[in-house]
Amino acid sequence: MTHLLGVDPLLDKVDFGVVVFVVVKAFATLLILLVSVLLTIWWMRKLMAFMQNRHGPTEAGPFGLLQSLADGIKVFFKEAFTPRDADRFVYRIAPYLAVVPAFLTFAIIPVGGTITLFHHTTLLQLADPPVGILWMLAMSGIAIYGVMLAGWSSGSKYPLLGSVRASAQMVSYEAALGLSIGSVILVSGSLSTRDIVVAQATRGIGGVLPNWNVIQLAFVPFVIFMIAATAEMNQPPFDLTEADSELVGGYMTEYASVGFAFFYLAEFMNLVTTSGIIVTLFFGGPTGPWNPTTVILRWLMPILYFVIKECIVVSTYVWIRATLPRLRYDQLMDLGWKVLIPIALFWLLVIAAIKVGRWPYAVGAAAGGLLAFILLTRAMAVGKARAADAADEVAVSRRRVEGS
Amino acid sequence: MGALDGFKVTFKTMFEDKVTTCYPHEKRPKPERFHGRHVLNRYEDGMEKCIGCELCAGVCPARCIYVRGRDNPPDAPVSPGERYGFVYEINFLRCIHCDLCVEACPTEAITESKMFEWSFTNRRDAIYTKAELVVGDDGRPQELPWEDWRTGDDENTSGWMRATSPAGSPDYEDRALWSGELGYGVREAEAGQVLEGIDAEAEAGRRPIHGQLEESLIEDLHGSHGGSGGHAGHDPDPDEGH
Repeated sequence: MTHLLGVDPLLDKVDFGVVVFVVVKAFATLLILLVSVLLTIWWMRKLMAFMQNRHGPTEAGPFGLLQSLADGIKVFFKEAFTPRDADRFVYRIAPYLAVVPAFLTFAIIPVGGTITLFHHTTLLQLADPPVGILWMLAMSGIAIYGVMLAGWSSGSKYPLLGSVRASAQMVSYEAALGLSIGSVILVSGSLSTRDIVVAQATRGIGGVLPNWNVIQLAFVPFVIFMIAATAEMNQPPFDLTEADSELVGGYMTEYASVGFAFFYLAEFMNLVTTSGIIVTLFFGGPTGPWNPTTVILRWLMPILYFVIKECIVVSTYVWIRATLPRLRYDQLMDLGWKVLIPIALFWLLVIAAIKVGRWPYAVGAAAGGLLAFILLTRAMAVGKARAADAADEVAVSRRRVEGS
Repeated sequence: MGALDGFKVTFKTMFEDKVTTCYPHEKRPKPERFHGRHVLNRYEDGMEKCIGCELCAGVCPARCIYVRGRDNPPDAPVSPGERYGFVYEINFLRCIHCDLCVEACPTEAITESKMFEWSFTNRRDAIYTKAELVVGDDGRPQELPWEDWRTGDDENTSGWMRATSPAGSPDYEDRALWSGELGYGVREAEAGQVLEGIDAEAEAGRRPIHGQLEESLIEDLHGSHGGSGGHAGHDPDPDEGH
């Protein structure tokens, strides 16, 4: 048990009290995740509404905060309908296969420092297994089954098409996801999420900037992870799996009531957990600039840091969702295989070379080179556009002269 | 930045004014010609305008109106004419609010208010009878408990346009005229959109074409129904005088 759950000081000496403690912690984690999912859904709807000149939910509770709760209660009282041609057992089990991995991924995210309650000292994270971040990859692999089996067992063609798209997409983007995680693991030297956070806790370049992986790895793996994770979650602009305009509702078309609620829940649980993973991997998790020494503040500040970072990442996802139109299927595959995987692979090699060469300024130089490359490309594009405009103007004025 | 330009747009939009309104708390003003729940009007002396001619029922494309006419009882007449609408029912499950009944009505007995927010929970309640449709003694529509009337819903309900002459004069056939007010009496027709060759003033502004109409026609309207009615404040040009 100690081995499985990692290096939590709570598990040094396991007795009955510790077992109870772990169970309570698991329930608390589930509760916190569910509440944060409700708030995330509300925040997404509100923010998207603001980005579309709307008000969003306003009626249920203050600022419409209880809207998702009301929706959840409503959907649970709906009739649970099973299509005639459905494979009943698989059809029933699929929603759970989607929800459970989403929750289990959240178990490895460190949301705070160490606290001491009832003479037990524990980490503020449900489990810190030595396999760490691989656990997240495994869970996102299992989550594919939920989507795939749901579509297959529904006995209907649109869900099947949706699930085929989903499995192809999730498998393709998992490679880019894994490669960008690879670069993180290269610099932190550990798979454990706690160790990855600790490695980022020190002061970085010049003692001013934090030593976050996003800076250490010169942004590239972060951007790739962000894109690949969006595809992995089937979030817009990669929501081909549920593309409403093409596939009705994709793999969950035939689901109603609890099954539908579970898929919906899983979708946003994935949003919350993936944002948490991004915070952990690239933004130093619950570490922050000010670390007080008084007991309560020492417990609360890391949680606050984590929540703030999490909110920013979630909002970024909502921003992406509100902005980008859905990709076509070939574009999706092109982006995954021809762009993200080669870049991720290349950057992994660069980082590895720097690590082996022990050249301290290499990352900075690589980042600078990348920045210069982007600026140059941008400048060339602007110049080309201007030249085209000028050519147009010349053509127009020439035509005018000829016409007069 | 090409594909990334959209991010700027969505970010800016966050701080712009909202286009939508918080509907039940805040409502947009309804347009002039809004077609809402019907009302059966009365003259100022309390007489019903409906003469039971069934033209509304005949013209109704949804077949939602049922009218039965009957001779007025000589000692207690319901309408000033020979006959009156003895049964008048509108099935609001079928009504499409096309306003053709209002167009067809020769006495402006039926008009449409701007109230559209009401509900019923069974098919019987969807059928409005005279008990619900006829205006109250104050000349205003009855505000029934299951209806959500807002200020102004019963005002300017005559913002409909008659394709035919409101007063039945053949000279004004095919002329668009704003006419008739909900409730008591008949307001003079206002200058509508098409009045070529009648009066430059009427054409340019909101001056009623009162003076433009044949003297006899006006006399007839005022004489028989006790002057121009309508609610105070809706007269488009109070200084004009009658």
